[in-house]
Amino acid sequence: MSRSHRITLSGVDFIPDLSGALFAPEFNALLVADLHLEKGTSLARRGVHLPPYDTRESLLQLKAAVESTRPQRLIFLGDSFHDQGARERIDASDLAMLRAITAKVETVWITGNHDPAPPEDVGGMIVEEMVLGPVSLRHHQKALRDGEAEISGHLHPAAAIHARGHRIRCRCFIADEKRLIMPAFGSYTGALSVRSEAFEGLFGDFHVWMIGDKAVHRFPAAQVR
Amino acid sequence: MSLPQRFLDWFSARGWAPRAHQLAVLDHAQARESVLLISPTGGGKTLAGFLPSLAEITERGSGEGIHTLYISPLKALAVDIARNLEAPIAEMKLPVTVETRTGDTPHSKRQRQRQKPPDILITTPEQVSLLVADPHAAHLLKGLRTVILDELHSMVTSKRGVLLSLALTRVQSHAPEAIRIGLSATVADPDALRAWLASTGAEPAPLVLGKPGAKPEIRILSSVERVPWSGHSSLYAIPEVYEEIKRARMTLIFVNTRSQAEMVFQALWEANDDNLPIALHHGSLDVAQRRKVEAAMGEGKLRAVVCTSTLELGIDWGDVDLVVHVGAPKGSSRLLQRIGRSNHKLDLPSQALLVPSNRFEVLECTAALQAAEVNAQDTEYPMVMKLDVLAQHILGRACAGPFHPDELFGEVSSAWTYRKLTRVEFDKAVDYVATGGYALRAYERYAKLKLQADGTLRLAHPRLAMAYRLNMGTIVEDEMLKVRLAHVKRRLGKRVVVGGRVLGEVEEWFVSQLTVGQTFVFAGEVLRFEGLDEFGALATRSNDREPMVPSYQGGKFPLSTYLAERVRQMLADPKSWKDLPPQVRGWLSLQRFRSVVPKAGQMLVETFPRADKHYMVCYPFEGRLAHQTLGMLLTRRLERAGMQPLGFVASEYALVIWMVRDLSLAISSNRIALGRLFDEDMMGDDLEAWMAESALMKRTFRNAAIIAGLIERRQPGKEKTARQMTVNTDLIYDVLRTHEPDHLLLRAAWDDAAEGLIDAHRLGAMLRRIKGQILHKALDTVSPLSVPILLDIGRESVYGEGHDALLAEAANALIDEAMRLV
Repeated sequence: MSRSHRITLSGVDFIPDLSGALFAPEFNALLVADLHLEKGTSLARRGVHLPPYDTRESLLQLKAAVESTRPQRLIFLGDSFHDQGARERIDASDLAMLRAITAKVETVWITGNHDPAPPEDVGGMIVEEMVLGPVSLRHHQKALRDGEAEISGHLHPAAAIHARGHRIRCRCFIADEKRLIMPAFGSYTGALSVRSEAFEGLFGDFHVWMIGDKAVHRFPAAQVR
Repeated sequence: MSLPQRFLDWFSARGWAPRAHQLAVLDHAQARESVLLISPTGGGKTLAGFLPSLAEITERGSGEGIHTLYISPLKALAVDIARNLEAPIAEMKLPVTVETRTGDTPHSKRQRQRQKPPDILITTPEQVSLLVADPHAAHLLKGLRTVILDELHSMVTSKRGVLLSLALTRVQSHAPEAIRIGLSATVADPDALRAWLASTGAEPAPLVLGKPGAKPEIRILSSVERVPWSGHSSLYAIPEVYEEIKRARMTLIFVNTRSQAEMVFQALWEANDDNLPIALHHGSLDVAQRRKVEAAMGEGKLRAVVCTSTLELGIDWGDVDLVVHVGAPKGSSRLLQRIGRSNHKLDLPSQALLVPSNRFEVLECTAALQAAEVNAQDTEYPMVMKLDVLAQHILGRACAGPFHPDELFGEVSSAWTYRKLTRVEFDKAVDYVATGGYALRAYERYAKLKLQADGTLRLAHPRLAMAYRLNMGTIVEDEMLKVRLAHVKRRLGKRVVVGGRVLGEVEEWFVSQLTVGQTFVFAGEVLRFEGLDEFGALATRSNDREPMVPSYQGGKFPLSTYLAERVRQMLADPKSWKDLPPQVRGWLSLQRFRSVVPKAGQMLVETFPRADKHYMVCYPFEGRLAHQTLGMLLTRRLERAGMQPLGFVASEYALVIWMVRDLSLAISSNRIALGRLFDEDMMGDDLEAWMAESALMKRTFRNAAIIAGLIERRQPGKEKTARQMTVNTDLIYDVLRTHEPDHLLLRAAWDDAAEGLIDAHRLGAMLRRIKGQILHKALDTVSPLSVPILLDIGRESVYGEGHDALLAEAANALIDEAMRLV
């Protein structure tokens, strides 16, 4: 087991977890972005029959992350449900698993563009934004006010580095001293390179924390391809 | 009935007579029997295939619907064949119409072909699948009498052939009377092709053999230069190859990979003091560029063309009088096929020169030459029964109209390729097409196939037929990026790169390892990588003579089992070394002196220390893929035995593993038995555990997922980028493996990997072969035979288990650097 990393925003420490979640020890809160539950069934309507286990897989990962960090609060950073019909399509056992998770912790659903109105019967409260001490939590990035720090999702960051002639690409956390964007947690979510246009202008001198199979690895911007 | 008079007149007006095999094919066709014609190139094979149809159409009259379907593996070939057929039709004044239908045929022409079908339709395998998926197929094919399959040997060894075999069962249902005429080059096992042509349970198609051509004259370049120990570039031999080009009228230079083609072309251009017209031809070049080269060849304007297998098949492109093969040919049949490109006339011997790139390749070239002398064939056995291909066919069947599963099962199993298909497997495939085939019945309401009251299955939505037409086919390409020639401009003092004309396409993984400013060879030029834009890679011309990224690669075809056996025998028999060049003979004699040369049937394992590591080298000669798998499995075993292996490198001929602990000692003190280490049981749990995690499996899974239609390559209206697809199939693979390990697609991917990238079948056969036949030699230092593979260490990338080790290493390297600064 490698030592855990720390990302500090406005003096608050966050620990990037191998699952893709982010733990805030000072607030005893676990943050999760872009679950995209029921993406599989959403595609199935078009005749693309991906294995219908993405929701279960994501929830199992979530359950494991909650059990290992034992947070008091669980905060979802939006796009938790892939579309407005997700609640209706979710399998009964998956729904039960989700409710079992939210029953044990104080749960907050931040809204996202995929789920502007998340279901109200899965436990927890629904907000557009919230703050964790000096840090704002929201789905989509915003221009930061003076002294403001922000944690968001939406972009599904991935980074690639070169090692021994191999190009290795993984989901990642990306952050400078003011802003942190979380990787997508959901099992069928694609990812976008932090070198792509969507990330332009968001960060100063940043680092990425790449999620490997067994550990999280930190790299400076200069090494990211 | 024999050939009509006007045909005989036509032959005699040209001073020809119909050849025996042409008449034999005609006899079978007139007796309404399918037939397989095996004949060397240049033997009038194409005409033999067409004669029965031309005669019959002349008899029955034109315009009665499609009489003959002619299926060619290449689009370009289809067009050439149509053109070549024009001459006899015009000269004999036959009332026969001929048209082509390929991926390039415009929609309007397809519509017209439906309204007014030609007598002979020349097309490709994919187009036949599309044709039978058309709701009008029955009408179009009802008068069909003959299906001609050209270059059958090249189609049956891939999934293309498997899909074609299924499309043919549909053709047969619409036109039960139609016969099949297979045209093939010489193959190792004609009986398999005969069975392939016939339906399951029917008599195999009778065989007609053409007259063999003149024996080829093959030489191996005996260079005055030093033959390299390893590597694939053959640059040492360029001056001598250039002299050969100067002596010949037109030379075809075959190489095994695109990057080799680029290297050789570049080097020849450097040596080209006489400014000879030399061109380059490979699959990644822009199509227009390739056509230009072919046309120039046909007009005799070129003196040499460096090419890959792109020029291996098909009609004559000019007066080639010499074939040079740079690098080992990997198989006897491949060599014969390629050298058949020179002196494309039966009575003249083909001239060929083999240029080995390294010392082991000298052995391989010698073996290939001896095999070619006796016309020994080592073509692959036809590919059978692929579940992903079956799934694609089932969807195509539904596009043509509702079908009853019982009937379709009967039809599919009438293909020789699917003769062993069980009803359970078939039903699983249907279920997969309908709803994804998951134990969790989540998609019933989104099913693609709907059950009707009469027991038939119907396509749920017309949109699915459109998606099928866009996505069908079995050729899944590597993710490719376009390379464009860019111009550098200055704007407001800033360097701006603007894209220009397309040079061709290159594998994305290759581009991904480039950084801006690095130079590489492509399209015959040294280019400087300038970055990526939304259309692909941008590059400018560079003045560098030495590209920074050489991209050496081994052949993409593994050494054939047959040639491997010959190489092993040659090695075991020092008397046969007299045929080898002195340098190579010296090398082997030194091996005998310093270490040992294995006897026939034995596999040599050498262990020795070197620079505080311990090495094990073995020489199975089974090709790089099988060796890589062996390396992976042995490393796991050595790890468990506490030997602390550090890495391995596999070549076509050998495998080296290096480790911390002293293996020689472990063997001499009986702590490790080589017989146990190489035991066949590694093909069980170890293989399974490794394959499940392997990136190779993800690659084969992606292919199977695309062919089976789980992932759409193209959606109506928008192109999905290959990058997005890769990410998705990897995730799907993981999810499927966790939740539904018995899923049809995982099985399909597993089968593919075992036959292909992992080559498990061959490795298994090898482990059985060497049981009790391992010859161990503990040495104090490197042996002569091991030098080539040791030189590959560092050049070939070391195969890592996971990415984490590499990530950690990269992160640590940075830390080290930081520490040094302190």
